[in-house]
Amino acid sequence: MGLQVLFFYLFAFIAVASAFMVIAARNPVYSVLFLILTFFNSAGLFLLTGAEFLAMILLVVYVGAVAVLFLFVVMMLDIDFAELRAGVLEYAPIGALIGLILAAELIIVVGGATFSPEVAKAISMPIPAVTERTNTAALGDVLYTHYVYFFQIAGLVLLVAMIGAIVLTLRHRENIKRQNIPQQVARTPETAVEVITVKPGQGI
Amino acid sequence: MDAFVSTYVWPTIIMVAQSLLLLVALLLFIAYILLADRKIWAAVQLRRGPNVVGPWGLFQSFADLLKFVFKEPVIPAGANKAIFLLAPLVSVTLALAAWAVIPLNAGWVIANINVGILFVFAISSLEVYGIIMGGWASNSKYPFLGALRSAAQMVSYEVSIGFVIVTVLLCVGSLNLTDIVNAQTDGIGTRLGLPASFLDWHWLALFPMFIVFFISALAETNRPPFDLPEAESELVAGFMVEYGSTPYMMFMLGEYAAICLMCALTTILFLGGWLPPVDVWFLNWVPGIIWFVLKASFVFFMFAMVKAFVPRYRYDQLMRLGWKVFLPLSLAMVVITAFVLKLTGAA
Repeated sequence: MGLQVLFFYLFAFIAVASAFMVIAARNPVYSVLFLILTFFNSAGLFLLTGAEFLAMILLVVYVGAVAVLFLFVVMMLDIDFAELRAGVLEYAPIGALIGLILAAELIIVVGGATFSPEVAKAISMPIPAVTERTNTAALGDVLYTHYVYFFQIAGLVLLVAMIGAIVLTLRHRENIKRQNIPQQVARTPETAVEVITVKPGQGI
Repeated sequence: MDAFVSTYVWPTIIMVAQSLLLLVALLLFIAYILLADRKIWAAVQLRRGPNVVGPWGLFQSFADLLKFVFKEPVIPAGANKAIFLLAPLVSVTLALAAWAVIPLNAGWVIANINVGILFVFAISSLEVYGIIMGGWASNSKYPFLGALRSAAQMVSYEVSIGFVIVTVLLCVGSLNLTDIVNAQTDGIGTRLGLPASFLDWHWLALFPMFIVFFISALAETNRPPFDLPEAESELVAGFMVEYGSTPYMMFMLGEYAAICLMCALTTILFLGGWLPPVDVWFLNWVPGIIWFVLKASFVFFMFAMVKAFVPRYRYDQLMRLGWKVFLPLSLAMVVITAFVLKLTGAA
């Protein structure tokens, strides 16, 4: 038990400290790297609670794909920090307000079970014990068996959003030579080469 | 105190010892696979390859190691020093970390975790950070271009690798790497009434995915013909332009450790891991680790042959192959596999 507590405080401390560094770092590339460190430590916290699938998915999706995109964009952009920092005090009250609301909501959600224990019983799909069902399978039960229609609808919404984004940004430019690989592969000597017998002294 | 020693101290000592043993074996294997790579490449081009250091050049890799270590590390004046030195470390650490979950034989695994394949997938998707950080921190044009190319390339091919892994998982029903190997004792061959043999392994049942995985593994590890991040004819050495001595060696080590990892993963997913090719007594008598190493070496031989005789892809063709060919193919294969398993009741 002792080691788990030790690791919890280690992961939690590094996660909070690096989350603070995300907004405090002067260089945005450092910010993204600290964000990655935060994700890593959150994955560690997931592992401590036994949610191994969520921990790995957090790494694959957020660190492996989303943060790569962030890093990509941040490295390409030429950001002027003095300008970016100028309005910090102006926006600070609004930011603090949003932070407070989020914190209050989190406390209500997580602390609800402490104030009225019957709330925990209202959960429609309780988490099975790790010994009888691995949490990958348990998540699959919830997503693909019990709530498959909601899951499919969520997928459709995302699909519509994706198609919308593509339609908005797609533009067909004229006068561009595109490579048509099947056409190139389908060419034979008969269609591509013409043999001309050139008579000496006359040219073509 | 006794309880503390038996629950924490001994397991820690055993785990550290196992890890060290695996790492030493792996690094030795990498030293010889590097030599093999150069020898195979040379043989295809009718050259001799490295043959001076030791008999048949067998100590070449160690000579190279000493050369790199004793050179002076040069850090460019405009580079971001911390990230410049962190990048090769990230690269090599991640490539070696994934080996913790690879089973080399029945029960020969340091961490037999439930989500082993996801762990390997997560680690291999993080390997791009070493390259991006190195390219950015060098503060120079070619490394940066190499890093951008590499980021786009690795993210693209990860998608199809992910779907290939999903098809295998559909057949196995577990994310544990040991379970994936054990599931390959039963397959097409045994369904036809033959004894357990190499026909049961997934390479036959999921044949197109085996090829897709192999090619995606080439792209994921930046091997030729997909070595655009370090294309020497355009970018000199890509993200490694500014690196020399030990940091450069660590990049190379990370790259080859990642290649070995992909070879091992191909062996586990498609070639039956440590299972003997045919289930007869004298083949079963050979230790599983030997079969595993033989199969992984065979996959590496294919990697080396591809390097020797396939010309480098153009970047737009690389992207086309990833997004327009492999992604639809692997996505269709996921659906087809799921349907077949459901209809035949094999799942």
